[in-house]
Amino acid sequence: MTTKKDKIVEIEEAVIRFAGDSGDGMQLTGNLFSDSTAFAGNDFATFPDYPSEIRAPQGTVSGVSGFQIHFGHKNIHTTGDLADVLVAMNPASLKANLKWVKKDAIIIVNSDEFTEKNLVKAGFENNPLEDNSLTGHLLIRGPLSTLTKEAVKELDLDNKSALKSKNMFALGIIYYLFNRDYTKTFPFFETKFKKNPLVVEANKKVLEAGYNYAETLEAFTNTYRIEKASLNKGRYRNVTGNLATAWGLLAASERSGRKIYLGSYPITPATDILQELSKHKQFACVTQQAEDEIAGVVSTIGGSFAGAMAVTTTSGPGLSLKSEAIGLAVMTELPMVIVDVQRGGPSTGLPTKSEQSDLMQALYGRNGEAPCIVMAATSAADAFYSAYEAAKLAMEHMTPVILLTDGSIGNGSEVFKIPKVADLPEINPPIAKANDPEYQAYKRDPKTLARQWAVAGTPGLRHRLGGLEKEDITGNVSQEPLNHQKMTDLRQAKVDKVADFIPPLEVEGDSKSDLLVVGWGGTHGVLLTAVEEMRAEGKSVSMVHFKHIMPLPKNVHEVFSGFKKIIVCENNMGQFANYLRMTHPEFKYEQYNKVQGLPFMVSELKTKFDTLLNE
Amino acid sequence: MEQKIEPQELQLTKQDFESDQMVKWCPGCGDHAILKSVENVFPVVGQKMGYKKEDFVVVSGIGCSSRFPYYMNTYGIHGIHGRAAALAMGIKLTNPKLSVWMISGDGDSMAIGGNHFIHIARRNPDINYLMFNNKIYGLTKGQYSPTTPKGQKTKTSPQGTFETPFNPGELAIGARGKFFARVIDTNPKLMQKVFLEAALHHGASIVEILQNCVIYNNKIHALITGRDTKDDNQLILEAGEPMLFGKDKSKGIILEGTHLKAVTIGENGITKEDILVHDPTTEDTGIHMMLASMAPPELPAALGVIRSVKAETLEDAIWNSVEHEKEVSPYKNVDDLLNSGNTWEID
Ligand SMILES: Cc1ncc(C[n+]2csc(CCOP(=O)(O)OP(=O)(O)O)c2C)c(N)n1
Ligand code: SF4
Ligand SMILES: [Mg+2]
Repeated sequence: MTTKKDKIVEIEEAVIRFAGDSGDGMQLTGNLFSDSTAFAGNDFATFPDYPSEIRAPQGTVSGVSGFQIHFGHKNIHTTGDLADVLVAMNPASLKANLKWVKKDAIIIVNSDEFTEKNLVKAGFENNPLEDNSLTGHLLIRGPLSTLTKEAVKELDLDNKSALKSKNMFALGIIYYLFNRDYTKTFPFFETKFKKNPLVVEANKKVLEAGYNYAETLEAFTNTYRIEKASLNKGRYRNVTGNLATAWGLLAASERSGRKIYLGSYPITPATDILQELSKHKQFACVTQQAEDEIAGVVSTIGGSFAGAMAVTTTSGPGLSLKSEAIGLAVMTELPMVIVDVQRGGPSTGLPTKSEQSDLMQALYGRNGEAPCIVMAATSAADAFYSAYEAAKLAMEHMTPVILLTDGSIGNGSEVFKIPKVADLPEINPPIAKANDPEYQAYKRDPKTLARQWAVAGTPGLRHRLGGLEKEDITGNVSQEPLNHQKMTDLRQAKVDKVADFIPPLEVEGDSKSDLLVVGWGGTHGVLLTAVEEMRAEGKSVSMVHFKHIMPLPKNVHEVFSGFKKIIVCENNMGQFANYLRMTHPEFKYEQYNKVQGLPFMVSELKTKFDTLLNE
Repeated sequence: MEQKIEPQELQLTKQDFESDQMVKWCPGCGDHAILKSVENVFPVVGQKMGYKKEDFVVVSGIGCSSRFPYYMNTYGIHGIHGRAAALAMGIKLTNPKLSVWMISGDGDSMAIGGNHFIHIARRNPDINYLMFNNKIYGLTKGQYSPTTPKGQKTKTSPQGTFETPFNPGELAIGARGKFFARVIDTNPKLMQKVFLEAALHHGASIVEILQNCVIYNNKIHALITGRDTKDDNQLILEAGEPMLFGKDKSKGIILEGTHLKAVTIGENGITKEDILVHDPTTEDTGIHMMLASMAPPELPAALGVIRSVKAETLEDAIWNSVEHEKEVSPYKNVDDLLNSGNTWEID
């Protein structure tokens, strides 16, 4: 590597947004930068932003694919509001992303792509590189395509193949800007393109050329370095929420000694979990891509009856299809985990965008009084622990558990401290013993109110389950009025009792202050960042974040009582706020809601909280 | 409820599978006879295949027929309408050592569960699928089903139905099913024989049972079952035997051009040698499909095992893959997986 001549400036954190046409390889570029950020010892969080069409019309705004990374020296809880650096591989990606960059951001564009034709496709009237509309930004206009071709001209590559690696040229520039060692990325090329040494060579050359170009350019007066983050000692990796969900389930399977049965149907943004689990047959993880969501969930009920740790994974429309079967699982009191990676709705809605609008469906979207445990993962890394806990609660309490994650958790990634499976809490399902003369299908453990799990095939425990109401204790079919009342009460009481087995709500900040910020699920990071910043400014704000929703932790009333105002923030129109109004009507709830397929911004939250504090 | 471990060599009997629950089908309903036949056949299946009584699992959807699991003393699930195939599959894939039986009606299997029916046929898990075809919705009191003959008046088709019905055999075979058989509720001997063959067949065995609903569709199968008409209207297939039917087995089926045709031996120079010999094991679906399609009055309805072709089962494929992956996977436990790929140490 050449020695630096530009000045190195130490900074706390930065946000970079890579944007290009869907075919430009921006996700890969972003992921490689993430890996290098990990090597540099920073904390980080990433989020991909891509169109739902596989190949949206080339060069148009709807075809733009983006990847944002927020990295820093302190703990990073969000993927960042606005970018410090934007890489725009064509006019459309500049057009689509200008609103997401800071006023003084560095913007790196591939000037080769700013042709008359492409400008029109992107909807620019004038060439933004020439009409001074980007004043205030540090604009780097590099002919990246030309330079890429130049870099590989000694290799025997056709024009199209040569141009394929122009994203690596952009990455090289960014590596220079953030003082990264580009050779650390070489092993990746060597593995990925093992079969094609020419492509390995091309990518190496282009990455290096990008780096050197940035150095000789003399356009950057500064380069940047971010100190290692102060993470706890241990081994770390990067995980997306979907990967973490899959691995949390695998860990629960290993710890409980129950093989996994997964019945699922592909749906964005949940498919990754099905795909990941399908890879791991070696852990006796049986995955079945069913003919539809109904078959998926119903087959898991079968799996559960036969003793498997049963799982189905889906997103909103799929959860709708599974409703009736979840009711059967409630009635038969068989354990299963239903993961809903929420996306924008209703109907097909915004398949690749995130939302929290399935909460009421998860809580109440079934016929009859059909309670089950509802939980929500709070971040990509937390998805591991949430999935693990969902499986533990399902099996120990003999009930379906709906675990809500969302598109931003599922596809977003963050740094994850690798745990040891042996250090995770034990999982002890109430398996009925063979030939137990005391066994009765609906007899319950007074501590949990869970019935026993008599796995099909066990000698001496033959019994029938089904959707018809069951008689208390014996499990025989019963339509008797008082029995139905009793069983309805018992099913609810069993779920309520789970509150004895979950941690209490913890306040971030003071337990008494002017404003309590309330969130649940995937908004944890952004709410925490806003609250931490305001507290640093001396404001009287605290926060609580819910991971357990049905049942709620036991201390909600006690915690809420310490605050003058409560605001519930969620990416829906107020579903959790309304749920709190039902469960804790003694408090008044303000709301902050956003359903734009976009995460909250720290800045907008702070503005809202300030207004409430000043009222 | 069991009170103690019973010695294994104890032979299973019909009583082992009888439940103490009151059977609530209408008197005269064909379902009673089917239940008896299944109770009779389970001990034989257990004996021949090494299943103990706790190894039997009976699942169903919703309908009169689907109450079945409650009337047997086995592990059982009475599921939701149309979805029993998925229940059965989840059980079998999780524990291939169980003998999984699935009960369904024509509405359950051909309407709301039609999708699952074709997919279970093609996926071929080793389950025994008994479909009670009374050509009507019994439990909901008499609406037409996807197997109700076109033009028949029912509560929801007061002018007669306007729809072409499904033939379950054609659907099963068309979906690349490997085993299809047809029986009638009035012939317990044939039912038991065919149920046993279904159990012995390693794969998804679909059996259509022509069942009479005395209340809402009485005598719907009368042409096939009637004392005076049955000889001419049913062809009981036997592997390796010529397809003979009629009183004194004087009639037979021949292949004429691309069609099956009923002929009388001794007429028009037809001899016994001209009659088709049944081979349920051919991969080719041609003759099987034609046999499944035959219907009175033109041709006799084919009964017995129409198709029985060997193929790998879904659970064998999956569990072989599990065994293989255990050998080749670099991950011996979940810790290995968590620490795989790009990781870094902070100290
Ligand atoms: C989701 C759902 N839709 C409708 C019903 C009402 N339903 C119950 S059984 C049935 C049809 C039963 O007919 P079939 O499957 O032929 O069974 P049979 O009663 O004739 O044995 C219907 C429509 C239901 N239970 N669930
Ligand atoms: S309604 Fe028909 S199918 Fe149902 S039990 Fe009565 S006779 Fe049998
Ligand atoms: Mg019917």
